[in-house]
Amino acid sequence: MAFNEMFLADGKVRFPYKKVETWLKSLGPSDIERALRECEARFRRQGITFAVYGDNKASERIIPFDIVPRVFAAQEWRRLSSGIEQRVRAMNAFLHDLYHRQEILRAGRIPTDVIIQNDAFVPEMVGVNPTKGIYAHIMGIDIVRVAENDFYVLEDNCRTPSGVSYMLEDREAMMHLFPELFSQHRIAPVENYPSVLHKTLESVAPASSGSEPVIVVLTPGIHNSAFFEHAFLADEMGVELCEGSDLFVSDGWLYMRTTQEPKRVDVVYRRIDDAYLDPLAFRPESNLGVPGIFDVYRAGRVTLVNAPGTGVADDKSIYTYMPEIIEFYTGEKPLLKNVTTWRCSNASDLKYVSEHLAELVVKEVHGSGGYGMLVGPTSTKAQVEEFRVKLLARPSNYIAQPTLALSAVPTFVNSGVAPRHVDLRPFVLSGDQIRVTPGGLTRVALQEGSLVVNSSQGGGTKDTWVLED
Amino acid sequence: MLGRTASSLYWMSRYVERAENMARLLEVGYRISLMPGAVEGHRDEWRSTLTSAACAESYAAKYDDIHGARVISFLLFDEENPTSVKSCLKAARNNGRAVRTALTRDVWESLNSTWNELAHIDPDTITSDRLPSFLEWVKQKAMAFRGALLGTMLRTDPYYFSQLGNFIERADNTARILDVKYFILLPRATDVGSDVDAQQWAQVLRSVSAHRAYRWFYKDSRYKPWLVSEFLILQEEMPRSLLFAYNWINLALNDLGQLYGQLYDCHALAAQTQARLKGGKMEQIFQDGLHEFLQDFMEANNALSQSISKTYNFP
Repeated sequence: MAFNEMFLADGKVRFPYKKVETWLKSLGPSDIERALRECEARFRRQGITFAVYGDNKASERIIPFDIVPRVFAAQEWRRLSSGIEQRVRAMNAFLHDLYHRQEILRAGRIPTDVIIQNDAFVPEMVGVNPTKGIYAHIMGIDIVRVAENDFYVLEDNCRTPSGVSYMLEDREAMMHLFPELFSQHRIAPVENYPSVLHKTLESVAPASSGSEPVIVVLTPGIHNSAFFEHAFLADEMGVELCEGSDLFVSDGWLYMRTTQEPKRVDVVYRRIDDAYLDPLAFRPESNLGVPGIFDVYRAGRVTLVNAPGTGVADDKSIYTYMPEIIEFYTGEKPLLKNVTTWRCSNASDLKYVSEHLAELVVKEVHGSGGYGMLVGPTSTKAQVEEFRVKLLARPSNYIAQPTLALSAVPTFVNSGVAPRHVDLRPFVLSGDQIRVTPGGLTRVALQEGSLVVNSSQGGGTKDTWVLED
Repeated sequence: MLGRTASSLYWMSRYVERAENMARLLEVGYRISLMPGAVEGHRDEWRSTLTSAACAESYAAKYDDIHGARVISFLLFDEENPTSVKSCLKAARNNGRAVRTALTRDVWESLNSTWNELAHIDPDTITSDRLPSFLEWVKQKAMAFRGALLGTMLRTDPYYFSQLGNFIERADNTARILDVKYFILLPRATDVGSDVDAQQWAQVLRSVSAHRAYRWFYKDSRYKPWLVSEFLILQEEMPRSLLFAYNWINLALNDLGQLYGQLYDCHALAAQTQARLKGGKMEQIFQDGLHEFLQDFMEANNALSQSISKTYNFP
């Protein structure tokens, strides 16, 4: 039985949800219907959409939004956020080490092969010194809860985590629809995220930039699944939204093409993967990036956010070493737990996984977005066997984890209000200091019993509240 | 501002204007098709509509014969036809989407809701009886877009580039319709002054929503070629005339020049065309040939568009 965040086993309402529960009971079916309709229309009208790859028919969809908020008490959040902070600190130290002295490899805490053979490790980054030594300025940590005081980190995202625009728009929608709820609660604000992001980006500008560094957001363009978010963040920060062709390198500096003189650029918040960033340094066929930008970066004349090569730290094969990594760099015990993980590249792990396939969750090592994964307990026998063939053909492509009983939060579904499983992605900014946004994106699996919360697989979102004391 | 942003704003407005003009052309075509064989010389109205829309060749490449329903669907919904209403509204929205940060919420939402509504319309349901209300919808959407633009955009460079796109497209459209109707579809010399002739000119006026304004302006209920031409070329009171468009183009370019502190070739080009229209006399234009005049104009208009693109670093 999964932990229900609103109701205790005896049916009593958990403290943070007291007023929400009362409010929920007071809503009539017509209130709910109107709210849901208004939400859908609002998101559609504003174009808050995402693209689903491989789905031509509806290439732009909106993510279903659920009006029952997810609520954390101040104290719960304090514990969570110090765990997150610790993890983020360790990760940046880890990345710095990997691209410099590699102490952790010398100490034998992680096998060298896991790093060197990793596609996400960027050898060109060795010896490069990013401003303030920060690699992953923007991170999203995926967390699940299995009991009152039991949180696990499921995944770290330190390449270009997305979803922050939904966190902000969900809050906007809730405040618009149910202002009375906000006057009854003291809810920590999230809406200053864009300005904190701006401050963070400014704080890591290269020394060569003036007192007001020029910041841009670099997008692959309107066909990217997260384009809405790219435009949203650029707009909220008041900076230009560039495509690769808008930027060029001249005499060792980065410029953007404007309607007047070219303008020098100091900080690039790029939402383009490493491989496509610079056709001269990485994939030559890429036309999304900017030729020569990597040289400018290496010369310390522009800051790339996040730094190239951060992906090595959020790889699923590295994930299993996170407890060691945290201890190695912080000297502390990890505050947040890791999920037990079997690496199928390892023969004995593979044997175990193969024997327990129907109980486990199996994921591709380099996959994301919930594509190509198996959730054993909710799959049919045939699906399990089909997956087994893929697994045995390329064991090193997979890791496996026990199926966690993700906590559930009441959610509006066709049959009324019913508990649905959720996860949480808080967003963390690292610049002159580490800032965890109070809240984050709660994703909810709308199908009964489903544990897959990814929007590409039919997941929805909820506004996430952190109550102040 | 990025050169690409300027370009997208320019094309966003051009495409909305183009969609609206297409709707107007179809309105005329539809009107005439309701009078089957009533007036000699109008059986070919759909061909004439295709020609006015500059789509005759692309249509002929796809279909062998001209058939009303097919022409309508080609001009409204065919996404292979880059100037169909659907293609234009899609291009307008994609351009707007790429530069959302430069648009107000009202402008963006007007583009976006238009596209969302259009995406849900099944072309098969737009049968002849529903065509007028659909065309009305297109025009209203275009006007709502322009209203949002005029009412909410700051008077800075994004606004100026949008205005340039809007009026360069409008000038091109008015000149083309006039040229096609006058040069290609002109009845034989013996028809001049006949009912057929009057019908043709009424159509020209209708396609720019100006048949009533004409009567009001000239206090004359008979459509005279030189007056209609004058109305659409030289009268700055007429919002779809060439001079009207060039007054706006010059206004936007001068504001841009002031904002950026620099004037370029495009400023001179636009001023030249405006001066030519301002000092123009219809007698002279007819004497030198209306067709030649309009061809020259369209060339100059196109040259201006290219000069603007180059000057302001459109990609």
